[in-house]
Amino acid sequence: MIYRESGQFITSYQADHRIFKLYQQRWAFYALLGFAFVIVPFIGNDYWFSAILIPFLVLSLAGLGLNLLTGYAGQISLGSAAFMAVGAFAAYNFQVRIEGSPLLVGFVFGGVAAAIVGVIFGLPSLRIKGFYLLVSTLAAQFFVTWVLTQFGWFSNYNASGVISAPSLLILGHDFSSPAGRYLLTLGVVTVLAFFARNIVRSELGRHWMAVRDMDTAAAVIGIPILKTKLLAFAISSFLLGIAGALWAFTYLGTVEPHGFDLSRSFQILFIIIIGGMGSILGNFLGAAFIVLLPILLSNLSANFLAGVVDPGQLENLQKIIFGALIIFFLIKEPNGLARLWQLFRERARIWPLRF
Amino acid sequence: MEFFLEVLTGGLLAGLMYSLVAIGFVLIYKASGVFNFAQGSMVLFSALTFVSLLERGVPFWVSFAVTLLTMIALAWAIERVVLRPLVNRPPITLFMATLGLSYIIEGVAQAMWGAQVHGLELGISDAPLEIGGMLLSQFDLFSAATAGILVLFLSLLFNKTRIGISLRAVADDQLAALAVGIKLQRIWMIVWAVAGFVGLVAGLLWGARLGVQFSLSLVVLKALPVLIIGGFTSIGGAIVGGLIIGASEKLAEVYLGPIIGGGIENWFPYVLALLFLLVRPAGIFGERAIERV
Amino acid sequence: MLSIIKKPSALIGALTLGLSLLSGTVQAANEQYFPLQSYRVGPYAAGGTGFFGGFIDYLQYVNLKEGGVNGVKFTWSECETEYVVEKGVECYERLKKGLNGAPAAATNPLSVGIAYATLDRSATDKLPLITINHGRTDSTDGSVFPYVFPLQLNPYSEVSAIINYIGDKSGGLDKLKGKKIVTLFHGSPYGKETNPILELLAKKYGFQVTLIEVPHPGNEQQSQWLNIRRIKPDWVILRGWGVMNPVALKTAQKTGFPADHIIGNIWSNSEEDAAPAGAAAKGFISITTHPSGTNFPVLQDIDKTVLKAGKGNLQDSKRFGTVYYNLGVVNGILNVEAVRVAQAKFGKRPLTGEEVRWGFENIKLDDARLKQLGAYGLVQPLKLSCSDHEGGGAVRFQQWDGKQWKVISDWVQADRKLLRPIIEESSHKYAKEKGITPRDCSKES
Repeated sequence: MIYRESGQFITSYQADHRIFKLYQQRWAFYALLGFAFVIVPFIGNDYWFSAILIPFLVLSLAGLGLNLLTGYAGQISLGSAAFMAVGAFAAYNFQVRIEGSPLLVGFVFGGVAAAIVGVIFGLPSLRIKGFYLLVSTLAAQFFVTWVLTQFGWFSNYNASGVISAPSLLILGHDFSSPAGRYLLTLGVVTVLAFFARNIVRSELGRHWMAVRDMDTAAAVIGIPILKTKLLAFAISSFLLGIAGALWAFTYLGTVEPHGFDLSRSFQILFIIIIGGMGSILGNFLGAAFIVLLPILLSNLSANFLAGVVDPGQLENLQKIIFGALIIFFLIKEPNGLARLWQLFRERARIWPLRF
Repeated sequence: MEFFLEVLTGGLLAGLMYSLVAIGFVLIYKASGVFNFAQGSMVLFSALTFVSLLERGVPFWVSFAVTLLTMIALAWAIERVVLRPLVNRPPITLFMATLGLSYIIEGVAQAMWGAQVHGLELGISDAPLEIGGMLLSQFDLFSAATAGILVLFLSLLFNKTRIGISLRAVADDQLAALAVGIKLQRIWMIVWAVAGFVGLVAGLLWGARLGVQFSLSLVVLKALPVLIIGGFTSIGGAIVGGLIIGASEKLAEVYLGPIIGGGIENWFPYVLALLFLLVRPAGIFGERAIERV
Repeated sequence: MLSIIKKPSALIGALTLGLSLLSGTVQAANEQYFPLQSYRVGPYAAGGTGFFGGFIDYLQYVNLKEGGVNGVKFTWSECETEYVVEKGVECYERLKKGLNGAPAAATNPLSVGIAYATLDRSATDKLPLITINHGRTDSTDGSVFPYVFPLQLNPYSEVSAIINYIGDKSGGLDKLKGKKIVTLFHGSPYGKETNPILELLAKKYGFQVTLIEVPHPGNEQQSQWLNIRRIKPDWVILRGWGVMNPVALKTAQKTGFPADHIIGNIWSNSEEDAAPAGAAAKGFISITTHPSGTNFPVLQDIDKTVLKAGKGNLQDSKRFGTVYYNLGVVNGILNVEAVRVAQAKFGKRPLTGEEVRWGFENIKLDDARLKQLGAYGLVQPLKLSCSDHEGGGAVRFQQWDGKQWKVISDWVQADRKLLRPIIEESSHKYAKEKGITPRDCSKES
């Protein structure tokens, strides 16, 4: 009914290249962006910004990074957190070592550094496949953390190896307030999500999917495997690196190498499983789920079960629910929340009819 | 030289401890193609159950039996609830399901038995033995012997019994195995139960070394490179891999550590495994996959 | 907080309320609130349950025994962090505003990571951040870190006190010359933090120090201990963490190093660190700022008024009087004392974080006051000021007899004069990086 495509014809190649082909989708998207950029900064409070929205955005970006590698290019990785760490520490050093360097350039520098490290650890993917490749990414995970703790230079010789974010100044404007940090994060994530969305629609994106589906077959039809896989590692790590820098700068404000440990890599992997592999929207849905579910459960229990059930048990319960949900999703909806959203849209198209 | 030998033997013995955990992986991967990340949680769960029963005054062997039964029940439940609905899904999906599984098992284990740290005494003295100027730990020797017996037992199981032969058939070709009338589900359950048993043995030995606590589930990270070097499908490979990893990481820590900075044991095995993989992409004993387009 | 809700239909409303955190608060109650970022599951649960158990029991005790401080009762709520930094931050943001109008007094996360992540926030929110026995060393300098309190003992004082103790045992600090000391440290920023100080002390006293790293989590230490065996040190300082401690003790036994020459630091000193090592731990020495045991009058009183009344927080009552529990009690004593001091100045009412901070800075616990509190021997004499947020810097040494800890020394003082310039150098560097103008402490009253 409301959501109908009839009467909308694509008459030019340009129109055919649009991300959102239906005007309903476009308007909904613009409205969402407008809401996020204009309305939210006024209605949100500190708690929402610092504890929910910023981590949600950063984790969405991290999920996006991993999804390009795992969901689109089919290379499984457990080293996401390491690439985030590289991004965070590189951006920090860029800021500290070069006096008065612009913040956004620092982010890009962090992303590029992460991309380089990503390519190095991606090299074995040319020879090693499947679960064996996990080792390479795990090697990255442990090696990077070790290097960052071992050599004081990376943390500017802080006794505890912790880096703390410099003031968030962009063109003289201070983004240090919770709302400012939110806007900064939102801006960066929006730009990069567009970037990623366009990459997966490009030739490179199609190469990735071919390699994912079967790399031998892809090689046979003439897709350059070396370039394709390494670019997947590079671009994925670039996004992860920027996510790491945001994590350190706009979310926590301070971070130590162990903040990017294996459990963070798992967390990001869960985001893309639950959200949906091979989907851009899925990362946002998955991240929302991962950020909100524990908070929801813990609020629920704080309000209703406090004193009745031991808080430790609630946390165990939460862990069990989490694991069960992952299995449930894998069994019932292997394509994750993104697929559910898609189904909902199909239904909305023909509503109120059923078929 | 003496010191070198001491480090080497210490490393080899420690490596066998890693193999113990790795064997659990191999069993499951062989039979069902699942890379079971929950093996570490199973180690934690079994050790925690065992030690909690023991602390409640249950005799040693009764606790052992009860824990074993629990692990079998767990295997049954996993087969029913997780594996059966996921038949024929890509391996990566199954892997992720085991990640979810590890969350559940850890949650249940801590909900049932609490999060305290327990000491576990198996009644094996840990006083060092001095042989030819070298210190050897009795406990490590005992663990090594256990690992040996376990491998012997498993290879007997695989090669001499009917179950074992059907197990190998399943590992070789699931469809063909089904066609000749082997019950896939039953085989899976048995394999997971055996893996649970291996997890229990590993849990007891590791638990006696570390104390039974949450960190026990982290021994998985030591087992992964072992698995890679040995190959996912070979029990003998797990033992050899364990020996290689154990010896080399200790030697590296002692001799390389002072040069490039200490604490390299976390990543060294992975880098070593990576180097092995570049030469043999499916481990030393792993079967090389043949790809058809 | 919304426990009165009985109708399930109110669930949705309560949920939204819970999420938006009741920012518009109800009528101010005559209560002082403690937000607790506790952790009761996960790898460090043993420490969390003990510490927060003790802390809560002490607050409960003050409520029951004296009806709070000057009629202002304490209230608290927990938020599970699992020792994970982001969860701690979320909890901080959720709880910082207080509860039902009761203002928050201070946060006590008992986690280095969470403390670091909320360090800047606590200055912005004007809410004291208490990092008892741990935390950022240079936050001792209160002129740069007005809201952070590494009470009793910071990491630098810790090693200095250990070296002083070893000197004592060897018959004077001058006898340290030529001694060999190995430090076995956890491969993390926490573990590495004191290495430069050890090297400095080694130079000063002429002993030889070897630093050996154990990678996290530390469940395999064969090579490290074989190295130690080769070095044959006089003492080993264990700077451990979680599972690393029992494994260190077990491996020490395996390699034939005597446990009574291993000295554990402040995170290697609990029952949970020694007991899992079984017989291998017998003789193990560690430092403590708060002896374990139940013989102190305040603990006896807590037992009587709180535990016997069935209001204790511990699940396992056997853990009453253990190291982590007593640390929680000590933490409670110090927090409550700060509130009491601040109330004397600002009036007998619930206080803001800023006022409680003043209270912390003016804590003065001498022997007489400690006796009054029933905590003589449990808490060290402590005097805080604007520039000194640590106050004590003394530790006692205890030895594991196979079942429990036995205190074997009186208070051993760290060489704080030596450490102060290093701390100030670091805090000034931080101030410069962050653009903070240090307070002028001579003007503070």
